[in-house]
Amino acid sequence: MAADGTLVAGAPAAAGSGRANTMQRFARRRSTIAFLMALPLIALIGGLVVYPAGYAMWLSTLNRRMTANIGLGNFEILLDSDTFWMVIMQSCIFAVGAVIAKALIGFWLAHMLHHIPAKGQRKWRGMLLIPWVIPPALSTLGWWWMFDPSYSSINWLLNIFAVPAVPWLGEPWWARFSVILVNVWYGSPFFMIMYLAALKSVPDQLYEAAAIDGATGWQGLRYVTLPMMQNIISITVLFSLIVTFANYDIVRVLTNGGPRDLTQVFASYAFQVGILSGNLPRGAAVSLFMFPVLAVFAYFILRGINRRNKEQM
Amino acid sequence: MSASTASTIVSYTGKKLGSLRSERRWALWTAYASLIVATIIFLAPPFYMLVTSLKSSSEISNLSGNPWIVRAPTLENYMELIANPLFRGFFVNSVIITLCVVAISMVISVLAAFSLARMKFWGSQALATGVFLTYLVPDTLLFIPLYQIVGSLGLLNSIWGLILIYPTLTVPFCTWIMIGYFASIPKELDEAALIDGAGWMQMLTKIFIPVALPGIIAATIFAFTVSWAAFVYPTAFVTTPEHMPLTIGVVSQLIRGDTFAWGQIMAGALMAALPPVVVYAFLMDYYIAGLTAGATKG
Repeated sequence: MAADGTLVAGAPAAAGSGRANTMQRFARRRSTIAFLMALPLIALIGGLVVYPAGYAMWLSTLNRRMTANIGLGNFEILLDSDTFWMVIMQSCIFAVGAVIAKALIGFWLAHMLHHIPAKGQRKWRGMLLIPWVIPPALSTLGWWWMFDPSYSSINWLLNIFAVPAVPWLGEPWWARFSVILVNVWYGSPFFMIMYLAALKSVPDQLYEAAAIDGATGWQGLRYVTLPMMQNIISITVLFSLIVTFANYDIVRVLTNGGPRDLTQVFASYAFQVGILSGNLPRGAAVSLFMFPVLAVFAYFILRGINRRNKEQM
Repeated sequence: MSASTASTIVSYTGKKLGSLRSERRWALWTAYASLIVATIIFLAPPFYMLVTSLKSSSEISNLSGNPWIVRAPTLENYMELIANPLFRGFFVNSVIITLCVVAISMVISVLAAFSLARMKFWGSQALATGVFLTYLVPDTLLFIPLYQIVGSLGLLNSIWGLILIYPTLTVPFCTWIMIGYFASIPKELDEAALIDGAGWMQMLTKIFIPVALPGIIAATIFAFTVSWAAFVYPTAFVTTPEHMPLTIGVVSQLIRGDTFAWGQIMAGALMAALPPVVVYAFLMDYYIAGLTAGATKG
């Protein structure tokens, strides 16, 4: 009886401690397996992102032939040169101008798409997203040909309306405008699709409630749509600012920095200085100037996404 | 419900409804007008590329007529390019690079996403944030140190250098959206699998991958389009024509001297753009899901 009792009492205890043991081992094994599974990712990020970033900082302190450390010499030389200040200005004009235009056009088109009957939306959306699907380096070739000084097909169209021919890539301000135009053409569909997804997630009841309260269409937009989409709008804009700020292919194909280095942005200038002229340290320094700006944008994106996650929970 | 409210409004304020209806019709017309204008502008460049690619050199240099139409269509430009071994080489290089990069990215990101979404370990939360931050690092920020690193490995002017580097562009975002998809799978499913005695690997291959298949397709499309369209790295790392992928090959090799063979350049650009466009045409919904996943699922 007593033996029976201890047996009965002992068995669950033994089983319990055994389970705790295996559970512990299991947990230990589980985290080990998890770590091993994530290892390729860690190696990739460590070896090809974090290490190069550190290497870039060290590289930017060397002299041209990479024989001596000159501290912040490269940065000083860059900040002393007028060309580099032009590059900073042009990068800002390019990024801010293009992103504002993309955001407005994308918002407008998303709204228009949202208004038409649902069964037609797919077709329109499919056509409007095409600029985003073609690799930008290749579609920019088409734009380059459309901007060609003697054969420009855009000028031909303008001529019909008696508008004089525009020197698209020849004059500095027109070249700046053209680069932005191509970027807007390429990037607007992305904004459109993001905003359309956000618009669809706004519950209809909110608009009904607003309409019952006597809100006009404009007030509905101002007090219902915008607040509901605020987070997506800011995430998309910040994300696009990063990508546009660091853009390379459009400038490379369309103007290659010309005329007289006036459309050069950070990326294309870094390429020219670092790879084409062979001054790798200074090229690295040019790229690194982008870093603080990108870091600030990244911080705000992360904050936006965290806030969004909390709202959803 | 809405029909009954509408009918009450009709009976009460017939006049107001008339203005409401005209307002609505007007809004619809604005919508269609904007969409038509936008579509024409958005599709004009690819259309003009197509028109040019179908013209002979003499027709292109003839300034007298409308450049937007083609009078004597010819496939000459396409034939010449297809017969050109250099161009075929670009194509083969792009296909090899893209296939390898897509395979590598998917393996790395599915494993990592599974471990980050389900099997927490020390520092996994920080790693997930790190993955997202890496996605925000543009390729133009690090191409100079990477040029040195690839050079020291002896992989400049080789497609293997590109295969090594491209995953930095694809893996972070693929991992990020896969984390989102995996996290949305109910926990009960893995508990059931554990009770049935499945290991972690079995759980991944038998449950997570099939259930999250739409996410995997979206991530694959993303990896494919990014590695097909990548431009900065091949421009920096590859200068010998026989090792170039399509993007930089078309941009740098078809343009020679002062007389541009515009017809051929446009034909080359269109053929190079074809694979992503075809993928998009057939898998549009997955494509868009992948595009919007970053912000809506995040």
